[in-house]
Amino acid sequence: MKRFYPVYILFITIVLIQVLTLITGKGYMLTQLTMSAYYVLVAVGLCMVMGYAGQISLGQAGFFAIGGYTTAFLTTIDFTEKAGTGLFKLLDSMGLLITKDTLYGDTVIHLSPWISLIAAVLIAGITAYALGIPVLKLKGHYLAMATMGFGIIIYRIVLGSAIFGQADGIFNVPAFTIFPGLELSGDFTSRISNYYIAWILVIIAILLMVNLINSRVGRALRSLHGGEDASDAMGVDTTRYKVIIFVIGAIMAAVAGFFLTHYNGGIGPSEAGVGKSVRYLAIVAVGGMANIWGSLVMGLVLNFLSLRGVFGHFDDAVFGIILVMMMMFMPEGFIRISVLRDIRSLFIKLFSRKKMKETIQEPPHE
Amino acid sequence: MSAEQVLQYIFAGITVGSIYAFVAIGYNIIYNTTGIINFAQGEFVMLGGMISFTFSRFMPLFPAIIIAVLITAAIGGLIEIVFIRRMRKNSVLGMIVVTIGISILLREAALYIWDEQIRALSFFTGTEISSVSVFGARISPQVLWVLGVTLVIVGGLFFFFKFTLTGQAMRACSENSRAAKLCGIKTDSMVNFSFMLSAGIGALGGCVVSPLTQTHYAMGTDLAIKGFIVAILGGLGNPIAAVAAGLILGLLESFSISILPMAYKDVISIIILLIILVAKPSGLFGSKQVSSLKDF
Amino acid sequence: MKKFLAVLLIIGLIVTSGFAGGQSEEGTIKIGAIFAVTGGASFLGAPEAKTTEMVVEEINAAGGINGQQIELIIKDSAANPEKAISFAKQLIEEDQVVAIIGPSTSGETMQIKDLCESYKVPLVAAAAAEAIVDPVASYVFKTPQKDSYVAKWIFSTMQSMGIKRIGVVAANTGFGNAGKGQLEKYASDFGIEIVIAETYDKAATDLTALLTKLKAKNVEAVVNWSIVPAQSIVPKNMKQLGMEEPLFQSHGFGNIKYVEAAGEAAEGIIFPAGRLLVAEKLPEGHPQKEILVAYKTAYESNYGEDVSTFGGHAYDAIMLVIEAIKNADSLDRNDIRDALESISGFPGTGGVFSFSATDHNGLGMDSLEMLTVKNGQFDFLQ
Repeated sequence: MKRFYPVYILFITIVLIQVLTLITGKGYMLTQLTMSAYYVLVAVGLCMVMGYAGQISLGQAGFFAIGGYTTAFLTTIDFTEKAGTGLFKLLDSMGLLITKDTLYGDTVIHLSPWISLIAAVLIAGITAYALGIPVLKLKGHYLAMATMGFGIIIYRIVLGSAIFGQADGIFNVPAFTIFPGLELSGDFTSRISNYYIAWILVIIAILLMVNLINSRVGRALRSLHGGEDASDAMGVDTTRYKVIIFVIGAIMAAVAGFFLTHYNGGIGPSEAGVGKSVRYLAIVAVGGMANIWGSLVMGLVLNFLSLRGVFGHFDDAVFGIILVMMMMFMPEGFIRISVLRDIRSLFIKLFSRKKMKETIQEPPHE
Repeated sequence: MSAEQVLQYIFAGITVGSIYAFVAIGYNIIYNTTGIINFAQGEFVMLGGMISFTFSRFMPLFPAIIIAVLITAAIGGLIEIVFIRRMRKNSVLGMIVVTIGISILLREAALYIWDEQIRALSFFTGTEISSVSVFGARISPQVLWVLGVTLVIVGGLFFFFKFTLTGQAMRACSENSRAAKLCGIKTDSMVNFSFMLSAGIGALGGCVVSPLTQTHYAMGTDLAIKGFIVAILGGLGNPIAAVAAGLILGLLESFSISILPMAYKDVISIIILLIILVAKPSGLFGSKQVSSLKDF
Repeated sequence: MKKFLAVLLIIGLIVTSGFAGGQSEEGTIKIGAIFAVTGGASFLGAPEAKTTEMVVEEINAAGGINGQQIELIIKDSAANPEKAISFAKQLIEEDQVVAIIGPSTSGETMQIKDLCESYKVPLVAAAAAEAIVDPVASYVFKTPQKDSYVAKWIFSTMQSMGIKRIGVVAANTGFGNAGKGQLEKYASDFGIEIVIAETYDKAATDLTALLTKLKAKNVEAVVNWSIVPAQSIVPKNMKQLGMEEPLFQSHGFGNIKYVEAAGEAAEGIIFPAGRLLVAEKLPEGHPQKEILVAYKTAYESNYGEDVSTFGGHAYDAIMLVIEAIKNADSLDRNDIRDALESISGFPGTGGVFSFSATDHNGLGMDSLEMLTVKNGQFDFLQ
């Protein structure tokens, strides 16, 4: 079970960060850490598509938007006026309608987010499957254009359709009660639990991915990445594996969209834009392509800093500089073996060799 | 629809299509020598418009345009030397990321140099309100300028690639850069020249369309996307086909507006493109044999 | 495992850098601002940010409010709702601001409206959509004139010109969509028929195809509702198509840059707007004249660019908050809210503000004037 060690360490780190924010009284930072976690989820999914299946996707924000907008649309329908209709009675008898008081003294009855979660996953999965079968036959720039085209279509649909709120997006998305006492919402009081919801979701996703990489599918994928024609010739059904990974990546993006929309209480068309897709792509690229941990770290760092407004007006500029510099000087990504070697030699200089060994073996979470 | 309206839509489509073609031509020139798509191409169009506007306040229009084209070409060459040259070993994916990064940097630089306001060059002939009648349809004289310049560029490129030594050398690079090198062609300077050429063409396009479309620091992104679609549609590596593909996309958009809400214009054109792409991945005018040999 | 060491190292670095964040000075009055300074709505956000910076600098130089300096925290959302949400939470909790001004766009404002309401933080928005103050949230205010006033002004002018069939084009921004909605809502009240209503992309560069469609419907006038550069493309394209029908624009046309970009094509455009654009032409003694001229000269001399009504909305927002803090003589968010709501007869760039428990916009129909473009200048419509 050695391959799961990093996951344990990740979990410990997550707990440590939370404790640290608690001690220093900077609990508000968890807000951006939680939001970043959902973007990390998209990046990890895209990392599988790009790094392991070797397929470029410039439409990942489209899947994110499918998840977010599906739930935003479904859970903001007010069933109060529909009381008495057959559909209402059916849903009510199944306990899928939730009554909520608004800030302005009204009462709304909305659909349970469980329904929209299933809908979001299904819609994203089916779309990815339907898109993947023809499109994943393309290569390189042509594939980039096709996936980007898909992203633009989704963006235009949400921007042009009144039911999706056009440029304003959808707001007042209700909180999602996962089970009594645990609520997915951006409320300051439930911030710690939401931080853990987000990161546990990331951990689950990573566990699944690590398993997948080390399974039959993973081996097929690696052969695919090495040389598609060769693996094809060896009898590996390359198209099938590519589509499977593409669908998995899409579902991860949609789930991230679903959770972030409930956390933020709304979604806007900027989440569906090509610019966002490019950001995800860039995060994976600077994270080192076939490197889930790289995607995780870069996704966390860049989103966390950007969401805190650290870069001010230079948000895009900083991002551009990071892209260019990373690709120029560290084309294999930030987290790669040679960086570790550098760090190791630094340790050798600083400490004795024995001490260094200890540092490597024991997770340094002081 | 009356014949007059059909013609009007055709003109609208051709105008927009030529703008896309300007970008797509640039993509193809660079693609030919390097095998990469330079997503910063849209930014050259923006730079052309911005620089010429700045200079047009001190001098007549045409010298300002020439200066803008030269400066942008120099910027293109500089980008190649500083960024592209040392990274050409990278994967296609890596290069896509790098050129996207460069385009972001150019755009942000433009924001700090010229702020967020829009600018427009004055009309080459006539003013904002002049309009000429062609078989009952009305167009701005500037549209004729756009079309004229497009034709000149296409003709010029055709002549350049077919009959000049440099052009032939560039074509040789695109066929097989190692063989070209063995024949004594300086591939590095060919690549550099291709960046300068496509930056210059982009800038010229930016100047000619500026009176119509106006120039804004963020205009490059949308142009880059549309130009990319057009380049793919025409078949990568074929600048002349890109012009035809640009016009097709422009007409497609224009006629889709005539019957459907404009909000879904891109949806319609892109769905059609995806169908074409899946049915014929080598592009409308590309040959299947050639494309199967190339590494996209 | 090895990779993980580096991962941890980096996470550690970020966390420490995050925690090392500097504490701001004590004893200042913190006001937060969320503006789309860059990105798609920079036409709004950039002048808004410049204006608030200028105002705060002036007031601090003159000794601040009741002897306390103002600390303005501007966040650039680039018109992304998710950033606006993140920034609003930061301002409320982390920076403990007494009030927030902005965001620039309606979409962002609607996304944080309930947030400000539930955490009881006064929000004075510089975005136009009517939904911001309807239903009234007790902590949410807005400074731009209501879209419905603009629509009604346009329609009553059309009535007097005898126009019956119109075409509407709007940009696909929150501003454009909201305006289109208001036009469609009130047209029948004025006996006007909207024959065709279309939206175009906010980055549109050529609209001849769209206008050809309008022309074919034989409209008697065109209304264009947007804040984006296409405002000067519409008149140019209309003239190039030989369309001589009158063009009405929204109050988003309030920037002389758009007139310059449209050149001769801008002549005769009719639009309702606040009085900032015609400040010098106002009669002496008009309640707004003094502050309009003061703001206009200050902005133009500070930044060397023409004033726009968008900057004016931010000017009103910051001035209203400052006035409320002065009146409340307290830094408690609830007191400031109460003071805001009781502001009455306060002259701003958008009009004379009089808030009440049911009206958090505080402006009436008379806050707008019908303007036109004459010889490249804004002027009253005769």
